[in-house]
Amino acid sequence: MSTPMPVELEEPGTEEVIEPDRPWLVIVWNDPINLMSYVTYVFQKLFGYSREKATKLMLDVHHKGRAIVSSGTRERAELDVFRLHEHGLWATMEKSE
Amino acid sequence: MIGARIKRTRRGDYQLRLPVEERDLLRSLPGQLRDLLGTDDPSLHRLFPPAYTDDSEHEHEDEYRRLMGNDLEEHHRQALTVMEETVDADRLDEEQLAGWLGALNQLRLVLGTRLDVTEDMYEREMDPDDPSAPAFALYTYLGWLQEQAVAALSDG
Repeated sequence: MSTPMPVELEEPGTEEVIEPDRPWLVIVWNDPINLMSYVTYVFQKLFGYSREKATKLMLDVHHKGRAIVSSGTRERAELDVFRLHEHGLWATMEKSE
Repeated sequence: MIGARIKRTRRGDYQLRLPVEERDLLRSLPGQLRDLLGTDDPSLHRLFPPAYTDDSEHEHEDEYRRLMGNDLEEHHRQALTVMEETVDADRLDEEQLAGWLGALNQLRLVLGTRLDVTEDMYEREMDPDDPSAPAFALYTYLGWLQEQAVAALSDG
């Protein structure tokens, strides 16, 4: 698996202070139940990612077992995890190494 | 010929073209799952997964459960209610179809957990003597319907 890179949130206008050194990473894990098309749709809907970017992330989840879908403060990451849980995705958060 | 069950219309809402047999099949499912919510049934695990990768983050994990647990359950319940209340509808607006999508996904997560599905199961021939064959057929049907909901919602 390649080195995970934090994905930038495309959210202009937020004045949130991002911890620059060790942000929290939001991870989505592969599972045998969620449909590939559905996972792509959820990434587009929740994060505003293009279909290409959402598809690439979904394929990373599928082939590598996990992908980083967003990063930021603990509060921000927790909210993203919650929104992913609302949509039934297997998401967790962890501090970046 | 019935064809696609869920289609986006030119007006921007969605046609729900389900034969009565399928509506009858779907009718009781949201209520069955709702009765399960709030219990400690292990098949609900995927609807309420842990928020922290690391088990040692149990303080944060407990806090997440305490602050978000009820909202998460409420969100799941609302989706089930939308599907239940519109099971006989011919048209759905976008919000209602999003509710169907959520409810279908919940049903598949619970059923798939019970069936302990694996990725290679999708390519396997179903054994008619397997006692879980009907449940697996239902699981496959729900996935087929969910695919159409995703396609219709992405077709905008």
